[in-house]
Amino acid sequence: MCGIAGYYGRADAPQPAIETLRRMIGTLSHRGPDGSGIHAGSEAGLAHARLSIIDVATGQQPMSSHDGTVWITFNGEIFNYVELRRDLVARGRRFRTESDTEVIVQLYEDMGPDCVELLNGDFAFALWDGRRHQLMLARDRAGVRPLYYTRRGQRLYFASEVKALLQAPGVTAEVDPVALDQIFTLWAPLAPRTPFKDIFELPPAHMLIAGPQGTQVRPYWRLSYPEAGDESAVDRRAEHEIVDELEALLVDATRIRLRSDVPVGAYLSGGLDSSLLTAVMKTLAPDRLRTFSVTFESLEFDEGAYQREMVRALATEHTSIACSTSDIGRIFPDVIRHVERPILRTAPAPLFMLSEHVHANGFKVVLTGEGADEVFGGYDIFKEAKVRRFCAAQPRSQRRLQLLQRLYPYLPALKNQSQRYREAFFATGAGDLADPLFSHLPRFRTTAGAKDFFSAPLREALHGYDALAELRERLPPEFDRWHPLSQAQYLETAHLLPGYILSSQGDRVSMAHSVEGRFPFLDHRVIEFGARLAPRLKLRTLREKHILREAAKRFLPAAIAGRPKQPYRAPDSQSFVGPQAPAFAAEALAPSRIHALGLFEPRAVEKLVRKCASQPFVGFRDNMAFVGVLSTQTLVQQFVHAGLPRPLAQAA
Amino acid sequence: MQADIETTIRQFIEDNFLFREDRTALSDTESLLDAGLIDSTGVLELVVFLEREFGIAVADADIVPENLDSISRIAGYVVRKTAEPCVSSDS
Repeated sequence: MCGIAGYYGRADAPQPAIETLRRMIGTLSHRGPDGSGIHAGSEAGLAHARLSIIDVATGQQPMSSHDGTVWITFNGEIFNYVELRRDLVARGRRFRTESDTEVIVQLYEDMGPDCVELLNGDFAFALWDGRRHQLMLARDRAGVRPLYYTRRGQRLYFASEVKALLQAPGVTAEVDPVALDQIFTLWAPLAPRTPFKDIFELPPAHMLIAGPQGTQVRPYWRLSYPEAGDESAVDRRAEHEIVDELEALLVDATRIRLRSDVPVGAYLSGGLDSSLLTAVMKTLAPDRLRTFSVTFESLEFDEGAYQREMVRALATEHTSIACSTSDIGRIFPDVIRHVERPILRTAPAPLFMLSEHVHANGFKVVLTGEGADEVFGGYDIFKEAKVRRFCAAQPRSQRRLQLLQRLYPYLPALKNQSQRYREAFFATGAGDLADPLFSHLPRFRTTAGAKDFFSAPLREALHGYDALAELRERLPPEFDRWHPLSQAQYLETAHLLPGYILSSQGDRVSMAHSVEGRFPFLDHRVIEFGARLAPRLKLRTLREKHILREAAKRFLPAAIAGRPKQPYRAPDSQSFVGPQAPAFAAEALAPSRIHALGLFEPRAVEKLVRKCASQPFVGFRDNMAFVGVLSTQTLVQQFVHAGLPRPLAQAA
Repeated sequence: MQADIETTIRQFIEDNFLFREDRTALSDTESLLDAGLIDSTGVLELVVFLEREFGIAVADADIVPENLDSISRIAGYVVRKTAEPCVSSDS
């Protein structure tokens, strides 16, 4: 894994290209501590910060083709590079290195930009084609690796993180109010928008081509589901045959993600997905499997007992890092500096600590279970939507309402919640039922309560803007014809996954400590397989990830394969209030600072802070508002007001 | 006195659920649900407050809009509960 940066186009500023590239790549040493490289040309320049994983000896970048007309800087891994290379060699091509990077270059020379379609991997790369005089940017299908860009004058600048872009001449950070509204409604901005004006994110599964004729952004892959009721799409095989296919896919996806010249570990959270993954890894590479996890003081969040059970069952060498509320408070500003956007939950913070622990133990690569819930229907929101639809179909049915009681078994306090309140909060009217966003409406509405804290000028700037309307407009034209479960899965997979899970909880916090995460469940063959599955194989009545559990039984003890989902959560506002409260939080939330940054209403925030400091139990909505306000204040202070953020000091 | 109870409850609602200065004041009978002031776990924040402030035990079956969805309903519920004799459990 690595960091990339560069430009396309002629400079307006007097700063020499090499200097610009050096400054940009200098901010990404956490992503690439093993060395850096620069290639500065008159039309384009590329820079690279390296985390050596495959072909440690000769895979340096930026890398050029044989004749020097094509140059690449690449962040990520192409897991099927062995097979692609074999084909290229069979067609007469000769390789100078053992790297996957060179495979991309050779494929591009062979096929042009469409070579991306053959890549099975996690990637963000920039490729300069000196013959066509064009720059290509590309990003993987799920949005694992990041890629940002901006224009200044004649130049297009690109980089793995916003902090690198801010080193380019003339590029400064300014808050985009529309992005804030999107984050405080949908949990993430809608790509290509970022929290900063005129700074864009290349959407997942897209490529950008910048050339003499102009710039074009287009998708090379689309997440799609079969039409509900389409008989030809129905898989008529016996269930165990489908499970056979799933098992083979998962094993292969894992096998190719073990390709590395350095050791590979695994995150073992104790849940089904990471347990299954670890069990598969054990069959492929049984010796001394190294696993890692994070634990919490509070029983509400901790999964330590499940982790220990799995460690015993699989005989892994396991270590964990304990995360407390004061830890979260202490590291939060660093976390924000890395995630580069407002967040509504503190969940990225323990994962930031986890990657530090992994790095301190000498590991650069870990396999993790992200993606299984999106692909196989694991989230509670899918069950909730199903029950809500069922109730809305017969609003007077008491028996149907009792089904609502079976939701959210894991949170201790919610067990006491009355059924009638749940009905009031989750039941729906006819208008909601017709809304394509039906499955996510309760979440979006609860989150949007945080916008009550926006200042009058911010609300003024957003007058008339409707984030839900924009999201509806972005849905694929065939969305309405999909099964409701597919619709809900699409919203999670296409938006929340890249916008929050893989970014703030994934790449940003693991790369902060030079650790590369790899995700077998996000192998595009697994995603496509999951999308084709009949809904009842994913959510069987209210049994989530049914087909995955059937596959898991072949690898895990029954108790673990059957375990209900415990969502990953961390302590929220309580990490920042009370006698142990970190100084930065009090400063960031002080009325004078709130007033100075102009985004939130000082007296309203003051009340919110007082509430979170004095109430023993604070609900979802206000916890999200608190973390949202605090993270935004911190982000703006770091990126907009305090000038360019310096890179963090690296552990030796 | 019910009026004192209502004042205490109003203060709690205003401090913990009413954040926007320009929101018009909450009437005694206005529905907290309809006003969008309370979310699914906000109800539990309210229950914890009532138990601590008034020394009552709120049964699961009591956590219903009929008892909790407006200032006057909450006050009425508290008056009924504090009038009940204390029942001690055997366990």
